[in-house]
Amino acid sequence: MSREDVLVDADWAEAHLDDPKVVFVEVDEDVSAYDGGHIKNAVRLDWTTELQQPEALDLIDQADFSKLLSAKGISNDDTVVLYGGNNNWFAAYAYWQFKLYGHSDVKLLDGGRKKWELDGRELTKDVPVRATTSYQAQSPDLSIRAFRDEVVDAIGSKNLVDVRSPDEFSGKIKAPAHLPQEQSQRAGHIPTAINIPWSKAAADDGTFRSDEELTALYSAEGFNDGTPTIAYCRIGERSSHSWFVLREILGKDDVKNYDGSWAEYGSLIGVPIKKDV
Amino acid sequence: MCGAPDQATLPSLEVSPNEAVIHGTVVKDGQPLPGAYVRLLGTTGEFTAEVQTSATGYFRFYAADGDWTLRTLAPGQSVDTTVTAAKGSAAEVTVEL
Repeated sequence: MSREDVLVDADWAEAHLDDPKVVFVEVDEDVSAYDGGHIKNAVRLDWTTELQQPEALDLIDQADFSKLLSAKGISNDDTVVLYGGNNNWFAAYAYWQFKLYGHSDVKLLDGGRKKWELDGRELTKDVPVRATTSYQAQSPDLSIRAFRDEVVDAIGSKNLVDVRSPDEFSGKIKAPAHLPQEQSQRAGHIPTAINIPWSKAAADDGTFRSDEELTALYSAEGFNDGTPTIAYCRIGERSSHSWFVLREILGKDDVKNYDGSWAEYGSLIGVPIKKDV
Repeated sequence: MCGAPDQATLPSLEVSPNEAVIHGTVVKDGQPLPGAYVRLLGTTGEFTAEVQTSATGYFRFYAADGDWTLRTLAPGQSVDTTVTAAKGSAAEVTVEL
């Protein structure tokens, strides 16, 4: 796996807007963003109601993923290009979910919606009509998903990469600063985790930094190359961004995303927590 | 509106004692600028959050005590503005592009 296999740039995207085997899919934290304008022929995935079970806060299962993609008109052999706002956080989360359920050809649009807008490229409000398909999701690939017990066991032995902002890592704040700070869980981080914020992997325009810059970033922050890795954040989407960097761009072995992340870990009773403030 | 959190549907501004709000408007040629990206950077230049301005050019962050930099991006432009925030109050900023 390398950058060319998993990323497309905006020029490539513009040249493939009408390609029948390429499906553009927008995924945003603000799920209404699509309504205000989206890339031509792109369909929307709603992470709050479609990619997760709203009550259980767990991912949708294999059968529901098949149903969802069938309804969206996506086939198993389509090239899926994901993009979104927030520097592709939620697009990366959807990418990870597509990989979890075995989609063979999925890519991210480098820079996502922000780069597209800053370039002054065209957006449309026209919603494409796609015929339903018979999508067949694979069994979940648990080699890329971490659960809470495994995270507790990883303390002191694996790379635990906390990709939140330094203030969230230290325990000064509990959520990203664009959200009200009303969360009930405790503040801090998992002991022995290293703090490598997702944002260090991206330029201002949302594009990923070069392979050389990314390699230097992780080695400078104490990432141990010979050790399995679990990335986490608050609810699993920023860590999908860093998971994408580590496993998909840099090709590192045994990298998992802990999608339960701090929302789960910081609410568990009896687990160790480190707080720096 | 666009991919970052929708600033048009924010709750009314009620500052809790534990929040240091930074908010304001992005203006270009005397008019509020919708769709600009505003990035909140910490004292060491560390990225903290990013939002996109509403139809009225409005943005809001919930930060902590201290000095912050707002980096505002629009096509062809990047402007830095410094602001000091304190818990229990709202620091208001007008960014002119």
